[in-house]
Amino acid sequence: MSVSIQARAFDIAAELAALEASGAGAVASFVGLVRGGDDLVALELEHYPGFTEAEIARIEAAARERFDLIDTRIVHRYGAMRPGEAIVLVAASSKHRRDALLAVDFLMDYLKTDAPFWKREIRADGAQWIEPRADDRVARAAWETKT
Amino acid sequence: MRVLFFGRLAEIAGGREQAAPDTIPSLSALVGHLTQADAMLGEALAGKGVRAAVNKTIVTGDAPLKSGDEIAFMPPLSGG
Repeated sequence: MSVSIQARAFDIAAELAALEASGAGAVASFVGLVRGGDDLVALELEHYPGFTEAEIARIEAAARERFDLIDTRIVHRYGAMRPGEAIVLVAASSKHRRDALLAVDFLMDYLKTDAPFWKREIRADGAQWIEPRADDRVARAAWETKT
Repeated sequence: MRVLFFGRLAEIAGGREQAAPDTIPSLSALVGHLTQADAMLGEALAGKGVRAAVNKTIVTGDAPLKSGDEIAFMPPLSGG
């Protein structure tokens, strides 16, 4: 398991290759991009070094407890990114596909609401701090009642 | 002690980091100290959803502080 919080772009193939080497039967992954539109110029993410890593490691530990995983990989970027840039990679490997697929969904739902990042959308006419969307909170809450 | 501000709190505080006197005994006293220096910041710190961490551990309510502590004030997070 590993969590990287970094400013630099990541190499998706290289990150997944590390999981493929773990002897798994399945690797599932998700890559999140900075969504364009609405005249978005850039998305700026701020984190709290040390604290952000620790909180994300807790989310990862919850996924490992819940699903039968061999390995996981989370890479999240901070700093300023333009629309279309990859901002987050979540990947999990398991013996059989179901656990890896569900774990990636679970990890993303928790990251979207609980990961300690502060985001600002930069537009031509100004900047705005943003909070999790209501449907992100609903998606996260759904895991608490699923068995 | 070091005081860190994140997100919009850093904008209101005029920076991400401030030094505060090591003699401040508690989190509530630190908030009082910051509020006295900057009423707008004080109001923001009392705002909904603002959390505090001492040495990277979230604290609820008041907490004792000592020399060398790192105190962070965090507005509601945006998520990943």
